[in-house]
Amino acid sequence: MTRIRTALKGKWPFAICSGILVVFFLVSILAPWIAPNDPIQVNLALKLMPPSLEYPLGTDQLGRCNLSRLLFGARVSLGFATLIFVASLGIGLVIGTLSGYRGGWIDTLLMRFCDGVMAFPNLVLVLGIVGLLGPGLWQVVVALMMVQWVYYARMIRGMVVSMKEQNFITAARISGSSNWKIIRRHLVPNVLPPIMVMGTLEMGWAIMDISALSFLGLGIQPPTPEWGAMIHEGTSFMRSNPELMLYPGLMILFVVISFNVIGESLSEQFGVKRRY
Amino acid sequence: MVIYLIKRLFAVVPIILFAIFLMFVLVRLSPVDPAQAYLAASNIHPTEELLAEKRQEFGLDRPLIVQYFQTVADIVRFDFGNSYVTNTPVWQEITTRLPATLQLALSSILVAIIVSVPLGFLSAVYKNSWLDHFSRLLSYLGASIPQFWLGYVLIFFFAVKLDLFPVEGRGTWQHFVLPSITLSLALIAIYTRLLRASVLEELEEAYVLYGRTRGLKEKGIMAKHVLRISISPMLTGLGMNLGKLLTGTIIVEQVFSWPGFGRFFIEAIFNRDIPVIQSYVVLAACLFIVCNLIVDIIQLYLDPRISRKGRAQF
Repeated sequence: MTRIRTALKGKWPFAICSGILVVFFLVSILAPWIAPNDPIQVNLALKLMPPSLEYPLGTDQLGRCNLSRLLFGARVSLGFATLIFVASLGIGLVIGTLSGYRGGWIDTLLMRFCDGVMAFPNLVLVLGIVGLLGPGLWQVVVALMMVQWVYYARMIRGMVVSMKEQNFITAARISGSSNWKIIRRHLVPNVLPPIMVMGTLEMGWAIMDISALSFLGLGIQPPTPEWGAMIHEGTSFMRSNPELMLYPGLMILFVVISFNVIGESLSEQFGVKRRY
Repeated sequence: MVIYLIKRLFAVVPIILFAIFLMFVLVRLSPVDPAQAYLAASNIHPTEELLAEKRQEFGLDRPLIVQYFQTVADIVRFDFGNSYVTNTPVWQEITTRLPATLQLALSSILVAIIVSVPLGFLSAVYKNSWLDHFSRLLSYLGASIPQFWLGYVLIFFFAVKLDLFPVEGRGTWQHFVLPSITLSLALIAIYTRLLRASVLEELEEAYVLYGRTRGLKEKGIMAKHVLRISISPMLTGLGMNLGKLLTGTIIVEQVFSWPGFGRFFIEAIFNRDIPVIQSYVVLAACLFIVCNLIVDIIQLYLDPRISRKGRAQF
């Protein structure tokens, strides 16, 4: 017990936020089993009901269970944020390692491309891509991925370039390791931890971006429950039922703040510089 | 210093050209046919002849490389084409809507600076005090609250419940209060942390110790030297977060029905108004780049050490 207490000393925000995230991830996985009702079951006879045993947080303007919609909303937000994170990390890892390890004109070409993408304000480019591809969830996911990987690629490339010159890589090469083996066994494992730290911060951004785009009506289309879209629907009933827009916003706030707190304290530990 | 400025100026050109190129490629890759989008937006039934005619008018039948140079030449002359929906030049649409957006952006930068300079500075000087903890909490909140939600929460409490400010629209100063607060909170979060970090860093410098040993007043050291140097990274932050401010205006304009450029952009996305989308994105990139350039120049004046090193530090 004392050991746990010393381990957590000064780290309780980190511990609480990890706890919150674990709960949210569990909820999003278990949503179909723990949700009390069907999140898209419309029942106009029961619209805008106050909390009851059957509907613990009441119902919305179409008589759908608020709690169930919030639980399923976690699934969409966390699920797609994770997908975007994994995919853009994957692309960034391939391009960044290639660029840093090969060097030469490939490096110049790829990094100039990244510079170009970074010249755009992030979400403006995402909105532009969504605008040209048309509204929809997958378009949003593709657009966010197309913009995010650049940041991973840049960071990974920087680390690979500085690591390439270090002795352990030279030693590996002298002992006859192939390029592929050096990348797989030595570079990637060393690059990943700081990138994961950056990733926790990016997850928070991704969740905000997805919900903002859904709020604007460009992302998830109804009736799929998603927090941003729920806020948008809830605003029409602000005067009579403010909780319709308050609950989903609080959900986003909790999740994003947890990712930020964890990301921040991890980046302090790992000495990763935060991208503002 | 002049050489540095000229170098920076020339470095901007290829980035802007690339930005135009990227947008050009995206438009060509998009599954939407501009001719079809135009006819759909103007409610004309698309026939083969009309589509072919429009394609010729837009120059889509010419080789891609010619089209690209045509696009660049048009943009340099501030010719962004006509909006498919209103059929007026996009540049004209922009100039009528931009002032509203700029007013909103500037007033929130102002709010952000007024709040975050004292807050960031004091929370560094009184490190680990309740003020420092408060500013930490505020910056976490600012970084994590979805802006559109914050906007509606403010409307709910201050416009609906307390009836202090108008719900939406633009006109009097009261109209500015809620949108500016909404937009500035995210900026306050960043600037406060940036300023706090850089003040803490400067306090370790030798000149602070020297000033103290010489018996200079603490206030004088802080105001004249530490604050002046510490503002510099904050300015970089200002430039780098312009993108956040721009996307913020899109969302806040939507929430508060603010008649600005951001709202026009969102409408354009729904209408597939390609010239508007294209010019918004290209202009946003140009604005972003130019502002960062200006920030770099201001920094040169504030912190002469930069020009000796030959480049701006981040």
